[in-house]
Amino acid sequence: MTDSSSIILSLTIWIPILGGLAIIAMGNAKSRPIALGVSILTLLVSLPLYFGFDKTTAAMQFTEKASWLTSFDINYALGVDGISMPLVILTTIINVIVVISAWEVIKDRPAMYLGCFNIMTGLMVGVFSALDAILFYIFFEATLIPMFLIIGIWGGPNRVYATIKFFLYTFLGSVFMLIALIYLYTQGQTFSILGMHTLELGPKQQFWIFLAFFVAFAVKIPMWPVHTWLPDAHVEAPTAGSAVLAAIMLKMGGYGFLRFSLPITPDASSRLDGFMITISLIAIVYIGFVALAQRDMKKLIAYSSISHMGFVTLGIFIAFILIGKGDTAGVALGIEGAIMQMISHGFISAAMFLCVGVMYDRVHSREIADYGGVINTMPYFGAFMIFFAMANAGLPGTSGFVGEFMVILASFKTNFWIAFLAALTLILGAAYTLWMVKRVILGEIANDKVAALTDINRREFWMLAILAVFVLLLGVFPSLVASVMHASVENLVQHISIPKY
Amino acid sequence: MKFIYTLIPLAPLFAAIAAGFFGKKLGRVNSHRVTIAGVGVAFLLSCFAFTKVVMGDAPVFNETLYTWMVSGGISFEIGFLVDKLTVLMMLVVTFVSLMVHIYTIGYMEEDPGYQRFFSYISLFTFSMLMLVMSNNFLQLFFGWEAVGLVSYLLIGFWFKKETAIFANMKAFLVNRVGDFGFLLGIAGIVYYTNSLSYADAFAAKDVIAGETMTILGNVEWQAITVICICLFIGAMGKSAQVPLHVWLPDSMEGPTPISALIHAATMVTAGIFMVSRMSPLFELSEAALTFILVIGSITALFMGLIGIIQNDIKRVVAYSTLSQLGYMTVALGVSAYSAAIFHLMTHAFFKALLFLAAGSVIIALHHEQDIRKMGGLKKYMPITYWTSLIGSLALIGFPGFSGFFSKDIIIEAVHKSTIPGAGFAYVCVLLGVFITAFYSFRMFFLVFHGETRMDKHTAEHAHEPPGVVTWPLILLAVPSIIIGWMTAGSVVFGDYFKGAIEVASEHDVIARLGEYHGGFGFIKHGFQTPALYLAAAGVITAWVFYLVRPDIPAMLDKKLGFFRRILENKYGFDDFNQAFFANGSVGLGRTLWKVGDQNIIDGAMVNGSAKAVGLFAGFTRYLQSGYLFHYAFAMIIGLLGMLTWFLFS
Repeated sequence: MTDSSSIILSLTIWIPILGGLAIIAMGNAKSRPIALGVSILTLLVSLPLYFGFDKTTAAMQFTEKASWLTSFDINYALGVDGISMPLVILTTIINVIVVISAWEVIKDRPAMYLGCFNIMTGLMVGVFSALDAILFYIFFEATLIPMFLIIGIWGGPNRVYATIKFFLYTFLGSVFMLIALIYLYTQGQTFSILGMHTLELGPKQQFWIFLAFFVAFAVKIPMWPVHTWLPDAHVEAPTAGSAVLAAIMLKMGGYGFLRFSLPITPDASSRLDGFMITISLIAIVYIGFVALAQRDMKKLIAYSSISHMGFVTLGIFIAFILIGKGDTAGVALGIEGAIMQMISHGFISAAMFLCVGVMYDRVHSREIADYGGVINTMPYFGAFMIFFAMANAGLPGTSGFVGEFMVILASFKTNFWIAFLAALTLILGAAYTLWMVKRVILGEIANDKVAALTDINRREFWMLAILAVFVLLLGVFPSLVASVMHASVENLVQHISIPKY
Repeated sequence: MKFIYTLIPLAPLFAAIAAGFFGKKLGRVNSHRVTIAGVGVAFLLSCFAFTKVVMGDAPVFNETLYTWMVSGGISFEIGFLVDKLTVLMMLVVTFVSLMVHIYTIGYMEEDPGYQRFFSYISLFTFSMLMLVMSNNFLQLFFGWEAVGLVSYLLIGFWFKKETAIFANMKAFLVNRVGDFGFLLGIAGIVYYTNSLSYADAFAAKDVIAGETMTILGNVEWQAITVICICLFIGAMGKSAQVPLHVWLPDSMEGPTPISALIHAATMVTAGIFMVSRMSPLFELSEAALTFILVIGSITALFMGLIGIIQNDIKRVVAYSTLSQLGYMTVALGVSAYSAAIFHLMTHAFFKALLFLAAGSVIIALHHEQDIRKMGGLKKYMPITYWTSLIGSLALIGFPGFSGFFSKDIIIEAVHKSTIPGAGFAYVCVLLGVFITAFYSFRMFFLVFHGETRMDKHTAEHAHEPPGVVTWPLILLAVPSIIIGWMTAGSVVFGDYFKGAIEVASEHDVIARLGEYHGGFGFIKHGFQTPALYLAAAGVITAWVFYLVRPDIPAMLDKKLGFFRRILENKYGFDDFNQAFFANGSVGLGRTLWKVGDQNIIDGAMVNGSAKAVGLFAGFTRYLQSGYLFHYAFAMIIGLLGMLTWFLFS
């Protein structure tokens, strides 16, 4: 039944899922080291995806295929290309970090908590590597369950409202996607995602399918105006939950646009690109201002995430203007910028949420006003926080700069004003991040709680240091990621520049 | 050579890493040793590079170090361009940095953040070298923002001080406004050339010059003008030109050594350097040059005016720096790029000297910065006194001193320029000479002459600081005197910058100045121009006002209170920015959040749809009452309805 030439992807999916179930089954006693072992093993297993990756081809690599429901041609088909592989690696790296972050912090049912994260990791890897639409859909929806549990059980006081909002919002979105997928099956008699790419769809069909995908992915990434679930979910989620939510789950939306919307409905994407660009720019500017007004650190970072995701959708959807101008190189610049932005944001947002978590664990408050002068009592932590804040503000030399720079360069090729509005993030991003740093980290010790703070311990140090290394590494050598995606992005650009009708 | 050029920025970087990450293990002494060694290596190698490039006539070095990334057909690279402009900047940067490193040993002696400070200033040296040595816009932007980062860290070095952490955030954000324009300018160049390298941009300049773009309405803009103005907005941020100058006076909250290094000698001149580097592009847009000229003139005159009423010793020097940066910008505006770079160089020496001397006074008086509480310091600290005098004379353009050459050339160049706005600029720079002389010697007299106004305790303890502080003063005083005399002929009038700086023949004001007949000839010529007499008048006025008849300024204060208030409010820039931009943005953010997110999106749409479902469910619940007769009744009604419909349709 199988014609698999590789089992790496399966291992990367099932080791954490089965490992996670085992952790839950074995109980709390040794759950922490086991969970760490599972996460590290997953990371190690996933590494050949990067080091063994063939950069010269746009074809799917490390493919696996086993038939599942033959009557509907539903397969267990996996594979990665230059667009999905970096996201898979990002997922397995972040998983190790969040397991470390939860170590002694979670005292209530740690086995279940850590198990959930490992399971979620496997599911998210599944999302990024599924080549079958139904398999994708199952993974896509299944990730909601552990996240739902994580927020619902270990979350803050208002967790019920947040979980329901989170669940209904994202679930509603993906139901439309399911309808679209089934419709696509009726057209092509296949659930293979790559098969769907080549379907010849008319304008009307494309329009409705695009909208269905749009609802699913726009909620997930999230785009303005369907973003309001994110700040609520972040505020209520425990630290590690926020980190995974921001670092990986949002990227499913961006990935969805690249894997489904663009190649399946290129003409509809082209027709609606003005709309997509507009709401991306609203996300960048409007949300930038909203972030400025936040009093809760997690909300501030959540809004900053939305604003950064605006760059992802902007980088993707300026493609069609550039295709119209015949500048396919510019298209690649924008899309690669969007992917760089996703990867970079994965590290930076995780780090920012972990930083807030470090303070929350000690003071039990996320309010900016409850802090001040933290660097006096926590100098090492303060240094990390300033570093990540600068990365969040897109300082060159950190990964935060790369994607923004590429997208701004590409958007100037479309229109001066698009670049103008996008570049406003240079000011707004710095303003909301540094103002927070000023109020929280710098200054005189504000109160007794800050005076009583102890600096980060070894575990917290390494957790932040690893992220800092990645942020720097990608800032100084972005070609580590950029070089693997060229072939796939170029293939995508070629594909979407040819109208389907 | 590639290895040597790579080592020049990397030596301070490694030193910064060593002192920053391992400062505790290294201890204070080893930390300053390793950083001084790093900068020392950079300085010596820069000297070596200078001899190779300038005297040895080595070919221009333009090579890629490594490829950062390739995307969209654009190669993003890190690479060096070392020509005569670069080596000059490298020498200035590493020399001033070395002096400041040594000085810091004395100045920061008692500070608990000693190692951290050395790490930062070495990191700054690395960033600044990356900026000046770049051969492409990517690395230029990296260096541009990296010096901004270090400036942020250093202004807020004393992170407990509320004013310091406000000032560093302000500095970063105002600079980001400039960088915003800068980035758009770079994006514009990439749009037309699909490359980030300087060489490609210069090669395509005529293509760009032929392009137009529509920005607002149907007005066609010359693409080159848009790009140059965008780039210059970046320079306005970094080089503190009106209206983006507001961060520089506040940056004085940082320790004095960095005021000398970053906020006087090097970082703030990055904008001047960048425009000179881009001279082939700027030459093509007269509109952009006029814009630069006007902005520079306003800065030169009006920022100098504020310097007159400042009482904080560092702020006087800071406003003087703003004004001098205005002079450099004016020189750029009239296409006298070589004069701008020349003034940049002389200014780096004498302004670093003035700042360090001010710092020497500050430590001697136990961190007293108010010049009204000083006076008569001449007898307590002779080295500081004489070096300050040298710095002040160089600043006001005393004949023969370095500032005399650089400033006179700028003024004469403006005089000869025919570009729109040159007339206005000429008036500004001439008045500026009087004002410069006045505020410089007002400060000088109040600090060093007259009666001592310190309290007794401070006066008793006032003494010359140790050698690590005074030696840098002496070493900076030497070039402040002689560098103009030595190099004016070759740097400005000669063909030193040939190939590095391009000037269109119709803008070439330096050529219109005529032949250069050596230092004496230039001084002789100086006596025939108004600038010299205006400077003398400024010094004499200061002497009369502050030493002979101190009642005159007091009287003027009363009579001209209105003007004084305008100057004290710094023309209202700070108040306006705070009210409009800072509070306005937060207010807008709050409104969008409360009204947009919470009321409209969440309130009406999200929770509204939830409520609608609830209402609908509540309504339908009445239908499911559980009473059989309700259902029977509904059934009968339904049947009747259907019957009616069948019968009548």
